[in-house]
Amino acid sequence: MNFRCWCSDPEADATCKPLRKNCTKENIVKISQHRHFASLIAVAALTFMAGCHKKPVPPPPPPPPEATSPAPTATITVTPSTINAGGSAVLAWKTTDATDTSIDGLGAVNTYGTQNVSPTESTTYHLVVRGPGGSTDATARLTVSAAAPPPAVGETMTEEMFEQSVKPAFFDYDSFDIRPDAQSVLAQDAAFLSQHPTLKVVIGGYCDDRGSAEYNLALGENRANAAKQALVNGGVSPDRIRTVSYGKEKQFCTQADEACWQQNRRAGFSLDQ
Amino acid sequence: MRARRRIAFPYSPVFSFVLLLLPLTCRSAGAQDWVRTGTNLGASRIRLAAANFNAASGDPMGLALKSTFDSTLFNDLSNAGIFDMVSKSLAPPATPASPQQMNLAQWAAPPANAAMVAFGSFSVSGDRLAVYGWLFDAKNPDSPQILGKQYNEASSQDNARLIAHRFADEIITRLGGGIPGIAETHIYYISARGGNKEVWQIDYDGQGAKQLTHLNTISLSPRVSPINDRLAFASLGRRGWSIAMYSLLLGRTVSFPSPAGNVFSPAWSGDGSKLAFSDARTGDPEIYVTDASGSSLKQITTFRGPDVSPTWNPKTNSQIAWCSGRTGLPQIYIMNSDGTNVQRMTDGGYATSPSWSPDGQFLVFAWNRKYGPGAPGGQDIYIMDIASKRWTQLTHDQGREDFPSWSPDSRHIVFQREQGRSSEIWTMLSDGTEQHRLTQGSGNSMPNWSWK
Repeated sequence: MNFRCWCSDPEADATCKPLRKNCTKENIVKISQHRHFASLIAVAALTFMAGCHKKPVPPPPPPPPEATSPAPTATITVTPSTINAGGSAVLAWKTTDATDTSIDGLGAVNTYGTQNVSPTESTTYHLVVRGPGGSTDATARLTVSAAAPPPAVGETMTEEMFEQSVKPAFFDYDSFDIRPDAQSVLAQDAAFLSQHPTLKVVIGGYCDDRGSAEYNLALGENRANAAKQALVNGGVSPDRIRTVSYGKEKQFCTQADEACWQQNRRAGFSLDQ
Repeated sequence: MRARRRIAFPYSPVFSFVLLLLPLTCRSAGAQDWVRTGTNLGASRIRLAAANFNAASGDPMGLALKSTFDSTLFNDLSNAGIFDMVSKSLAPPATPASPQQMNLAQWAAPPANAAMVAFGSFSVSGDRLAVYGWLFDAKNPDSPQILGKQYNEASSQDNARLIAHRFADEIITRLGGGIPGIAETHIYYISARGGNKEVWQIDYDGQGAKQLTHLNTISLSPRVSPINDRLAFASLGRRGWSIAMYSLLLGRTVSFPSPAGNVFSPAWSGDGSKLAFSDARTGDPEIYVTDASGSSLKQITTFRGPDVSPTWNPKTNSQIAWCSGRTGLPQIYIMNSDGTNVQRMTDGGYATSPSWSPDGQFLVFAWNRKYGPGAPGGQDIYIMDIASKRWTQLTHDQGREDFPSWSPDSRHIVFQREQGRSSEIWTMLSDGTEQHRLTQGSGNSMPNWSWK
C-alpha cells in the first residue's frame, strides 16, 4: 500500500509515523464516513483497527521448581559514604535466597530496596539475612562529619531563600512542553531539592490572560505536571511534590504584551507547608 | 435572507487526492459570516399588545407596584423572542380591568393592529397583591378568551415582578408552541464584586442579583442541577481544586465527596443522575464521570493535553461535548458518554466552552477563528448544528465573548463579554439578536442558565 496513514486529524497526520502509534479508532471511524471510498476505507480500517489494538500481554512464566536451598547472599551500600551533619545518604541493599531480612536500627526490611537515611553521627548499617540455606550478613559505613553544617536545612528555609534558589520554568503560548531554557532551570531546581531532602514543594501552573478560563485551568495543570516530571527525572521523589493550577486566575503582571504574557506562562515553586 | 452554507469537512493532507477527485466547493475561511440562523425563521411573529393593567386602588404604593408589574410583563413578552410587540405608544390608552370592559376592535385596528391582547386588573388591599390577567384573541371576537389567570401574593416589588413573570410564562407557553417561557428562570455566575470570586444568582432579566457563596477563595464554573436543587462548582482549597456543592434549598454549601486530584468544570447530565468533570489525578486533565453522589468514578478520555469543559447532550444523556487540546490549540469534540465514537467538531482556531442545547440539536461555544492579522473577528460566540457541522457566528466585534449557556427553551443564550478590563453577563436570542446586558460593575463571568 502506498499510503502511510489514515488519520483524518491534520496534526496527527503530520506525525503519523509510525502508523500504529497515531491511529486511533476515532480517526479511522471518520474515514469510514466518507461514502465515496467506503469500500477502500473499510479494508484499511479493518487492517488498522487490528493494528491499533493492544496485543494481550502473555502471562509471566511459572517460577522454576525449587531445588535444594542455596545459601543466601547479601550486599549493602551507602551513597555517598560521607555526609555533613543534617545531610542524607541513600542506603541500598540486595539479597538472594532470603526469607528474613533486617537492618540493625531499621528493623525488618524488604529483601531488596533503598532508603534515605540522615543520621546525626557516623553509623554502620548491618544487614542480616536468613534463608532456608543458612544466614549471612553485610555492612556499610556512613561517616558523618560534624565540621561543616549545610547552609540551609528544611527547618530554617524561608520562603524568600527558597524562591531565590528554585526558579520558575517558562512556557510557550498554549504549550506545556518543557523548553531547553526551562530544562536547565528545572535541572538546577532538582539539584537544589535533592540537596534539601526535607523540603516539600507545591508547583503552581500559570497561564497568560488570553483565552478561556476553564481551558487555561487545565493547561496550567499540564504545565505544573510537566515541571513535576522534570524534577522527578532529576531525582526528586514525587511524594515531595504537589501540583495545583491557577490557570489565568493569578497573574504576575497585567500588561497586554508578550513580555508580560511570557511572565504569566510558568510553572512556579513554593514551599508546601 | 438565505443562510450561506459552510460545510465543515474533515480535512488532512492524505485526503488531498480524494479532494482532487471530488468536485467539492471548499471555500477558504476569509471573511466573517453575518448570516442569521435559528428556529422559527421566516415564520411571522404574533403581534401582541400588553395593555397597562387597571389599577383597582389609587394609592401611590400600589401604583409603584403596578408600574413594576406593567414594565416587567412587557419586557418578558418582548424578551421571549416570539412576539412582535405593540409598542406602548401605539396601543390604545384604555386599561380594561375585565373582559366586560374590553373593546377588542379598538386593539385590532391600526395603529396597534394587535392579534392578541394581554390585559387585566392589579390591586393592592392591605398587604396583599391581587392580579387578574386575561389573554384575548383580537381576531376572534365571538370567543376571544385564550387565557384567564388570577394571582394573590404578599405585597412587594419582588412579588409584583414574580406575578408578571408567571403571567408572561403562561402566555408564552400558550402562544409559543407549548415551550415553557423562561421569565421565572435564573442565571448563576461568578462575580468578583466582593473581592473574591464567589457564586452569584440573578434573574434572567438582570434583576435581583444576590451573592450565594462566601468561601473567600476562588470559585469557578457554577452549574445548576436540572431540578434546580444544587449548584456544582469548582473551588480552590488548601489541597487544590475540588468540586463543591451549594444547596439552593438550604441556602448553604453542603458536603460533597470530590474525587481525588485537581478537579474542575463540573457538568450535570440532563436527568441529574451523573456529573462529568475534568480531573487531573494522573497529571493530565481528563474527562471523568461519577453519579450525582460522587461515587462510581469512571475515566472517559485518555488524550495527552488539556481535556476540560464537558457538557452533556441534555436530550439523550448519551453524548458529551468537551474541549480538548490534544492537537494543540483547543478544539470542540463530541463523544458517546462512555468515551467511544469521538468526533472533532471544529476545524481550527481556538474553540472552547461548549454548551449543548436543551433540544439536543445545537452546540454553542466560543471560537477565535484566527483569520489573521488585521482580519475581522476575535473570540466570538458561534452556534453549530451538530448533525451537519454547519456553523454561524452570533457575535461580532463587541469584545471577547466566552462561556455561552443555553436557556431551557433553546431560544436564548447567556454569555460573558469582556470589553477592555470589564467583564459582564449578556443574553441574546439564539440568532444573535436582542443582546441585553444583565450585570454591571465588572468582574462578572461564567454564566449558567437554570434548567427551568
